[in-house]
Amino acid sequence: MRGLSSDIRALVAAGALVLLLGGFEMVRPGGISLSHLSGGLVTIDLLIRAGIFTIILVGLNLLMGYAGQVSLGQAAFYGMGAFFSAILTVKASVLGIPAVVAKAWWWPWLVMGGAAVLVGGFSFVVGWVILRLREHYLAMATLGLGVIVYIVLRENLGMPQLNLTGGFDGIVGIPRLRVGALAMWPEARYYFLVWGLALLTIALGLNVVRSPVGRALRAIHGSEAAAESVGVVVPLLKAQIFALSAALASLAGSLYAHFQAAVVPDTFGFVPSLELVVMSAIGGMASIWGAPFGALAVLVLQEVLRTRVLGLVPVVSGEMEPVVFGALLVLIMMFWPSGLVSSYWGRMAARGGGDGPAAGGAPSQQGL
Amino acid sequence: MSEQGLQTATGEAAGDRIRARSVVRGLGSSAWLVAAIALLVLFLLGMGRRLGYGAVDYLQLLVDGLQIGAVYALVALGFVVVYRVTGVINFTQGAFVMLGPMLAITLLARPPGGSALRLVLAAVVAVLLTAVIGMTIHRLTLHLARKASALTRIIITVGVYISVQGIALIVWGPRPYVLPAFTTFGMTDRLVHVGGLLVQAQTFWIWGTAAFTLALLALFFERTVVGKAMRACAVNRVAAQLMGIRVDRMATLAFGLAAVLGAVGGIVLSPATRPTYDMGLELGLKGFVAAIMGGLVSFPGAVVGALVLGVLESLWAGITLSGFKDIFAFVMLIIFLLVRPQGFLAGKGEVGH
Repeated sequence: MRGLSSDIRALVAAGALVLLLGGFEMVRPGGISLSHLSGGLVTIDLLIRAGIFTIILVGLNLLMGYAGQVSLGQAAFYGMGAFFSAILTVKASVLGIPAVVAKAWWWPWLVMGGAAVLVGGFSFVVGWVILRLREHYLAMATLGLGVIVYIVLRENLGMPQLNLTGGFDGIVGIPRLRVGALAMWPEARYYFLVWGLALLTIALGLNVVRSPVGRALRAIHGSEAAAESVGVVVPLLKAQIFALSAALASLAGSLYAHFQAAVVPDTFGFVPSLELVVMSAIGGMASIWGAPFGALAVLVLQEVLRTRVLGLVPVVSGEMEPVVFGALLVLIMMFWPSGLVSSYWGRMAARGGGDGPAAGGAPSQQGL
Repeated sequence: MSEQGLQTATGEAAGDRIRARSVVRGLGSSAWLVAAIALLVLFLLGMGRRLGYGAVDYLQLLVDGLQIGAVYALVALGFVVVYRVTGVINFTQGAFVMLGPMLAITLLARPPGGSALRLVLAAVVAVLLTAVIGMTIHRLTLHLARKASALTRIIITVGVYISVQGIALIVWGPRPYVLPAFTTFGMTDRLVHVGGLLVQAQTFWIWGTAAFTLALLALFFERTVVGKAMRACAVNRVAAQLMGIRVDRMATLAFGLAAVLGAVGGIVLSPATRPTYDMGLELGLKGFVAAIMGGLVSFPGAVVGALVLGVLESLWAGITLSGFKDIFAFVMLIIFLLVRPQGFLAGKGEVGH
């Protein structure tokens, strides 16, 4: 019970912070924006992207940190959601969807929900099959799945005559979301939408973790045979959590498509999948609250690398990003497998006797 | 596995994996798999007929497939060497494949111009450098994290790969490079015409080098003390340690060996393609798929897997959209992982973990 109430307190605090930042950006007292305050590092744009990644990471953390099933292809589901939304809003006429429907304000929302359900269903079936694999075999299978989805998107779903995904160039001109006549734009409004959904996702994640399902997931992480012996239907639960994480990634993809107004397959390839793992590792895989921190940390770091470091190292012709991210991934996995944020948080919580994000997830503390 | 491991540890069947006869026996035991692949080939051939392909076209695809397959084989063997000794899938393997040709090109570039001798010298030095890099990487990362779970260690190797590729991007930039062909057999035309077939002169170098490297590898594992010690680590780490084998040193050596195999593969392939900083990703993944097809612990299995993958992929690429070429390997990966993770050559194994 105390766990529940501490979750609610944290959620309320997070919600207040979201409102504060958003409100500040909307009002801009004295013409000062977030970007000014942070020296151009934190912008509303970055916060929106952090919110989108938070939604994916909650799912990914449930899958990797709690259930112990690795996914090196999560960007595939993110991409499926993004392209679902992009195709069904921009290319609706090609598919024979009447303009009355395609132009209605509720259509993108319907597509978004439908995409999440479809991607979830698809990954349930896929998960049922491939989650029989363990450890590195599973890692490689999900990696393969990610690459396959990426190539299918890049190659126009194998139907070049329809040109649905736009190949390498992707799709542009994706409409902004609106509710009735109220547009979810400019960015500050979209920020509230994204973070509203992100907080809901976090609440959902916390709910899953604290429920018997969460305990069953941790049992699977510890030992599948033991979990089975106490009545957990292991294959079903693994497929369900895989489907949930895919559906969340799909939702995030749809939000991304309507935010950027353009999507290209390269955003959803192999390296982005790894970036998601880096975010998850930094925030702490076995932690729901690690999700927003991991996303923010990585995005801010990217910003620092792009705007600060590049100027300091004159010989660098390429980008520093992959080097730093690779090294970061290595260091975290070597020295802090339970994540930077959550190992700190875990210590704090242990001292306060409270309910830390990874509390009860003892096996997860050793990483994967 | 452990029981089989113990069995082999007694010495009864030691060396079985290395010898070619286990290939034949293994293929016999996976008859239905062979049948399925034969069906797939028939299907692809049938599809090809619709495109008006004749026997020569198919032979051409076969030759192309065996060319790339030989390179996959070298890369795949690198995965197998490391997996056997350390139990880790070493994603960094792709980086070695890229570093080999890139270092060779850099060595050749200064001073410019060069004889055939300099090309050979540059290639050898590049391979050795890559081996040193490989061993250093092992010491700095996996060696320190050797107590971590298998999955943590795999993610570490992925991180190392990304870093190395990033450094390569900074050093060499995104443009493709050219490594001169080893020899053109004194011809101005770099293509050899055999019947109606077009074969790059480099193809013979690829096959020759691959065969030579395989022979050396077999000799190393069969005849040298170090090679036998490495095999012992694969069979049973603890027992090997008790016998006085420095297991950690063997792991580092395995990385060096894998780096050599990858670099050689990358270098012999490069005159036939154009090396780039990111070539390791594709070749690394394909080599991994080949290793999986062979069961991940078997040397002959990896070679068979690589050649089969190369040929099937070539056939597939010949009859479908060119953009879909790369899908094939990953579909094979998932199928093999699900249906037959022990690869073609199921049966006796000497690997303990």
